[in-house]
Amino acid sequence: MAIVTADEKLRQWDPEEIKAKLISIYPPKVARKRARQIMINEALEEGSPEIMANVRTIPGIITMRGCTYAGCKGVIMGPTRDIVHLVHGPIGCSFYAWLTRRNQTNAGPDGENYMTYCFSTDMQESDIIFGGEKKLAQAIQEIYDLMHPKAIAVFATCPVGLIGDDIHTVARNMKERLGDCNVFAFSCEGYKGVSQSAGHHIANNQIFRHVIGENDEPKEGKYRINLLGEYNIGGDGFEIDRIFKRCGITNIATFSGNSTYDQFASAHQADLNCVMCHRSINYVADMLEIRFGIPWVKVNFIGANATAKSLRKIAAYFNDRELEQRIEAVIANELPEVEKVLEEVRPRTEGKTVMLFVGGSRAHHYQELFRELGMKVLSAGYEFAHRDDYEGRRVLPFIKVDADSRNIEEIEVEPDERRYRPRKSPEEMEVLEKAGIKFKHYEGLAPDMPPGTLVIDDLNQHEAEKLVELLEPDLFCAGIKEKYSIQKLGVPMKQLHSYDSGGPYAGFRGAINFYREIDRLVNSRVWSYMKAPWQEEPQLSAAYVNG
Amino acid sequence: MRKVAIYGKGGIGKSTTTQNTVAGLVELGRQVMVVGCDPKADSTRLLLGGLAQKSVLDTLREEGEDVELEDIRKKGYGGTWCVESGGPEPGVGCAGRGIITSINMLESLGAYDESEGLDYAFYDVLGDVVCGGFAMPIRDGKAEEIYIVCSGEMMAMYAANNISKGITKFAQSGNVRLGGLICNSRKVDNEKEMIEKFAERLGTQMIYFIPRDNDVQRAEINRKTVIEWNPEAKQADEYRGLARAIDENDMFVIPTPLEIEDLEELLMDFGLMN
Repeated sequence: MAIVTADEKLRQWDPEEIKAKLISIYPPKVARKRARQIMINEALEEGSPEIMANVRTIPGIITMRGCTYAGCKGVIMGPTRDIVHLVHGPIGCSFYAWLTRRNQTNAGPDGENYMTYCFSTDMQESDIIFGGEKKLAQAIQEIYDLMHPKAIAVFATCPVGLIGDDIHTVARNMKERLGDCNVFAFSCEGYKGVSQSAGHHIANNQIFRHVIGENDEPKEGKYRINLLGEYNIGGDGFEIDRIFKRCGITNIATFSGNSTYDQFASAHQADLNCVMCHRSINYVADMLEIRFGIPWVKVNFIGANATAKSLRKIAAYFNDRELEQRIEAVIANELPEVEKVLEEVRPRTEGKTVMLFVGGSRAHHYQELFRELGMKVLSAGYEFAHRDDYEGRRVLPFIKVDADSRNIEEIEVEPDERRYRPRKSPEEMEVLEKAGIKFKHYEGLAPDMPPGTLVIDDLNQHEAEKLVELLEPDLFCAGIKEKYSIQKLGVPMKQLHSYDSGGPYAGFRGAINFYREIDRLVNSRVWSYMKAPWQEEPQLSAAYVNG
Repeated sequence: MRKVAIYGKGGIGKSTTTQNTVAGLVELGRQVMVVGCDPKADSTRLLLGGLAQKSVLDTLREEGEDVELEDIRKKGYGGTWCVESGGPEPGVGCAGRGIITSINMLESLGAYDESEGLDYAFYDVLGDVVCGGFAMPIRDGKAEEIYIVCSGEMMAMYAANNISKGITKFAQSGNVRLGGLICNSRKVDNEKEMIEKFAERLGTQMIYFIPRDNDVQRAEINRKTVIEWNPEAKQADEYRGLARAIDENDMFVIPTPLEIEDLEELLMDFGLMN
């Protein structure tokens, strides 16, 4: 059997033809809309071609997206360990968002970790009819009496929005009554917005409004940063923190993997914001800069080379010889082990092909690791990203604001009267920029992908199956909803939301874990042995019975 | 059993008309149950001689699931069964959901069972059809005949037309039909002719024209229907007439709601006649 290399595979198919086949089954109007969300990548002078993103999923299409509540409670707030997350609604919304995202926590010396608990107001029919505000206040009081947490966060589910419970007033009143417990609420009803991205905004806005800047007690550390948009899935954050520690970098606050109330409250004391997931949190970085004067850079700790690159970026920002040397020493110490494993694995992964449809940043970040493995990305896309995540921040001024985006609150921020302090003077910033550090900069996923690859927004069940059928990748990466349907097609599938049961994949040790995992997946033929009934017996036969 | 729902613009006199008519049906020997579908819980006041009814939803809330039929219905004038659905305070919760819950509760407790010997169940529904919950009585066959109370005032006719749209919608999937318009006169010019014409355009009839008479208010002050307060009053006869018209009615239609321009034209035609 001849081995088809990735290059040959790429040559074998015509992206226009693939695109046409993906949408051929749709009614004309649907096909038109989807055609604008499927972009054939080109290297243009000004980045990449336009793609339509952050628009409503067409009813009837089985989307990979989640809801606004999932984005707010599940993704952004969920990983915070010492805030009690109280879900106001019927029990299912709370129960099924309980410990399902594999964001790990370490209770630390204080031992405060509410992650393993599930709190809900458990609304009943009579609460819907008569309103659930009293029950909510009672639940907050109960949590306070039982746990005495630093903060209680209230999350609205769909029915709460429909009956109009005023959760913000309840939260404000309870905060006043309790005195030493911050209580705030999120209007993150699942039906809001076009995807979970709306929930990220709602969560981040409230954290900015109610928590950031609450603690002025000075935080020690010579090189103080925040890590924004890192959710500690499978322990990624632990690995990144290990590296920071070795380098002598103080991570004041992670938004929000294994985070604490105090971290958020002290975040304004950092001197640099490092943004991992651009989609879920770039606006918080912007707001932190406007209010407190902290600049931000885009980083990526997925991939050994990307990790080294991001560390060097931090060193360059602080412009400190000692830090630079220490970081170089750490890289020099960590990389050989990574390279040793890669050397062993790469002959088996070289030339294999992969598709990844996940998140609002992950589909981009993980391409680093696949490049290190010598694998080719045939197609990639996000579930809930906006155009700037595909095409880079240069398109920000041109993104059309529609009714759906207007529904999501944007908060106006002004410099803090007392605490605004530009960390670098305009002259220093200019010097740094000249030295190659790009602030507030993200180029997006598309410019990083080869011409002729397919960039697809909000991929759905039909298109996923069709893509696998047409392009026969060696590996498909997405989330739990896609896992089994892809495996049934005989293709190995890796979850890049929750990492199945693996991880960490960030940093140096994470890269090693990932190399081994992908080696195992693309070289095990177990899925290809599986045959569906129609593959073994292609046609069903039947005969009329004469009666 | 005939299942009747009374709809109409807020303040048009649905509750007053319903109770006075029920009193007329009682005189005809009919066994009637009145279900108030209004959070204010004032749909059975005249039959019970005051606001003496504990609502279904309050009972459910206080007693939990252990509720008996006796806890939520009360005998009123002439042996009518009176039920108030009840609901939340203004501005909180979901009254529509409350109506759904309370009608389901009545059904599961057997209030509509054959053994109850009901000739009529009347639903007195709050205001316009505002959301799914308030449409409950005309959905799923809870009510099969609808009477819309209106007057010659534009907003009342506008509401009646809207309610007809609701009926048309639910008539496609169920057996709800419009039984007619009840004109509760506000002494508008050419009122009777206009409502008759309006009814014709909707494909239905003006089943009765109730003249304006302050005896209705006098009876209300005494917490009684006109028939109970003063059986000899002229207005008592009017309600007897309406009760008879409903009892004998056999015209049940799927309405043909008007376009808003047509409705305004109708108003213009009759308003300018003098």
